Amino acid sequence: MIRTPLRPLARILLARDKGENPDAIERENIRLRHEQMRDRARRRAEGRLLVLGVMFFCAFALVGGRMGVLAHSEPSGPRVSAAGADILAQRADIVDRHGRILATNFDTHSLYAQPQQMIEPESAAQALVEIFPDLDEARLVKDFTGKRKFLWIKKVISPEQQQRVHDIGEPGLLFGPREMRLYPNGNLAAHVLGGAGFGREGVHAAEVIGVAGIEKYFDERLRDPAHGARPLELSLDLTVQAAIEHVLSGGMSIMNAKGAAAVLMDVRTGEIISIASLPDFDPNDRPRPLTKGDAGDSPLFNRAVQGVYELGSTFKIFAIAQAMELGLVNEDTVIDTSGPMRVGGFPIGEFRGKNYGELTTSDIIVKSSNRGTGRIALKIGPERQQTFLRSLGFFEPTPLEIIEASGGKPLLPQRWTELSTVTISYGHGLSSSPLHLAAGYAAIANGGRMIQPTLLRRDTPQAGIRVISETTAAAARRMLRRVVSSGTASLGEVPGYAVGGKTGTADKPKPRGGYYDDKVIATFASLFPAHEPRYVLIVTLDEPVETSGDKPRRTAGWTAVPVAAEIITRVAPLLGLRPTIEPEPLTGITLTSN
Amino acid sequence: MRSLFYVLSALAVIALAYWAYHENYRTQHAQSEADALEDRISVARQRLRVLNAEWAYLNRPSRLRELAEINYERLGLMPLQPYQFGRIDQVAYPPAEEPLVFDNSIEVSDQDQEQYP
Repeated sequence: MIRTPLRPLARILLARDKGENPDAIERENIRLRHEQMRDRARRRAEGRLLVLGVMFFCAFALVGGRMGVLAHSEPSGPRVSAAGADILAQRADIVDRHGRILATNFDTHSLYAQPQQMIEPESAAQALVEIFPDLDEARLVKDFTGKRKFLWIKKVISPEQQQRVHDIGEPGLLFGPREMRLYPNGNLAAHVLGGAGFGREGVHAAEVIGVAGIEKYFDERLRDPAHGARPLELSLDLTVQAAIEHVLSGGMSIMNAKGAAAVLMDVRTGEIISIASLPDFDPNDRPRPLTKGDAGDSPLFNRAVQGVYELGSTFKIFAIAQAMELGLVNEDTVIDTSGPMRVGGFPIGEFRGKNYGELTTSDIIVKSSNRGTGRIALKIGPERQQTFLRSLGFFEPTPLEIIEASGGKPLLPQRWTELSTVTISYGHGLSSSPLHLAAGYAAIANGGRMIQPTLLRRDTPQAGIRVISETTAAAARRMLRRVVSSGTASLGEVPGYAVGGKTGTADKPKPRGGYYDDKVIATFASLFPAHEPRYVLIVTLDEPVETSGDKPRRTAGWTAVPVAAEIITRVAPLLGLRPTIEPEPLTGITLTSN
Repeated sequence: MRSLFYVLSALAVIALAYWAYHENYRTQHAQSEADALEDRISVARQRLRVLNAEWAYLNRPSRLRELAEINYERLGLMPLQPYQFGRIDQVAYPPAEEPLVFDNSIEVSDQDQEQYP
């Protein structure tokens, strides 16, 4: 660049000739130069600003563009290798204690229609009715040709049906994937499993939710993806459950009973090996609850858990055990059971007006004397009796892990009078479920610890609260064994398994008060083997009547006991119990003469 | 000198770009392979679930009981009874076989010595 000199000689000489001030030229030139410098600096600054502006624009455009892309794109999680395959199953399986499937999922399809895409609605409706006879053709035609844009036709269809619908070739008939809950064993353990249904439904998926039983109780756990493919392990044994249900339904029809229930419980772990209630239902096709009449007549009603009944003389052992625990009586204490006996103005009688006279405590249980038990209960008194029965769990619903269990709340007398004490000692005036009874008998069977019945598999015994001492429990077991070997439950003898138990026959209460003469609840509460109990079995028959004799027989000894004996014969080998020879009582404590 | 530096750095950029793209393609390939495998696993799992359900359905106790009753004449299956428990000394083992007798023995120690002197 050529710099213009500040004082060009030619112009200065010329100016001097003209007598002008040559400094003016210099100042003029300085001014021009400054102007040039200023313009250049401004251009440069403007250029820089432009570049900066472009940079900022690009940066913001990038950020904005990225935000737009993020907002419009489908979200995708970080890639995890080999995990996605587990999440397919929406709901965990339920298996029995040996891992056999009780409930699983099954992939199937739902069928829906989009009428505006249909080409021949009438013929499609006709073809659909041929495949699904329960559909109404006129209604389908109305729906297909009307204004509706969408309608469900079938919630769940089988693969064969899907193929046949596919063969119609109607583009307006569409399938959505559905996961369905399947109970492969049908009616087996129906009351425990309950059933499942669809919750929120969309075209592409539907929620499977538990509607009853353990499915509802553990709904969260079963749906929780964190548990993934780990199945819910129950304490039930499929084989034992099947055998018990089979024998029980046979017994129910032989004894002409209206319903039946059975509970088999491990006395150490509290596991319910089998729990059955008849009549039952198919959880794959769960019936609707009854809208009228007695809910107890519905097959959905779980007699073993929800049914609270006065369980009769099976309660006597609790009064006797408590009295022995308190030291009021021992096995050989003689009690006068002769009548008449009046408590609170009400007469207390024996079965068929019998009079047993003087009996030992043990014989009171063996002969099932109401007056004998009542007199012992009066020695215990209402307060101590309440405390003891509460510790055995007879005041609260059982903590079983099915949603219905909370409905099985025992019915207690409003005022616990002396009369209540006497009647409750022989099982009247307090209604409880067969499961309550099983838990109570388990305490006697395991040596005096109260354990909670559970449906979940566990490997360790429960350390329950001690309610009676080992010696009292052993004495109670000896009495229960005598009931079977020489008492009211003689039909319950199963060679090799030393069954001990107590019968109970309670008249059914009328809905309007009072009791029926010809309707009973027959219960047999048993434990086996009596010398070293492993299991407690409760069998309850609702309104049984045994008609092989001259007169109809309704007592538990003739109805529930033979059924229970058959169950033990069938089930004990399945449980791996080897028949054993019962140890003889020691000669030293045998009563040789009076 | 300076131009050599430019050429070298340009070549380095090209080489690194090639390597980066190559790795990228390999990763994508591995990912799509993993996706395909995962699909196959999930299909296999689904099939396994169906087969498990079918197995449980075919082995349901009521069906097995009916089959045992239908085939009673051939199989003679009865419910397990307590008397069927046995003791281990009640099991009739087959008689112990005679010890093997060798009468055509061959001396092999010499052969060994020949092979491995």
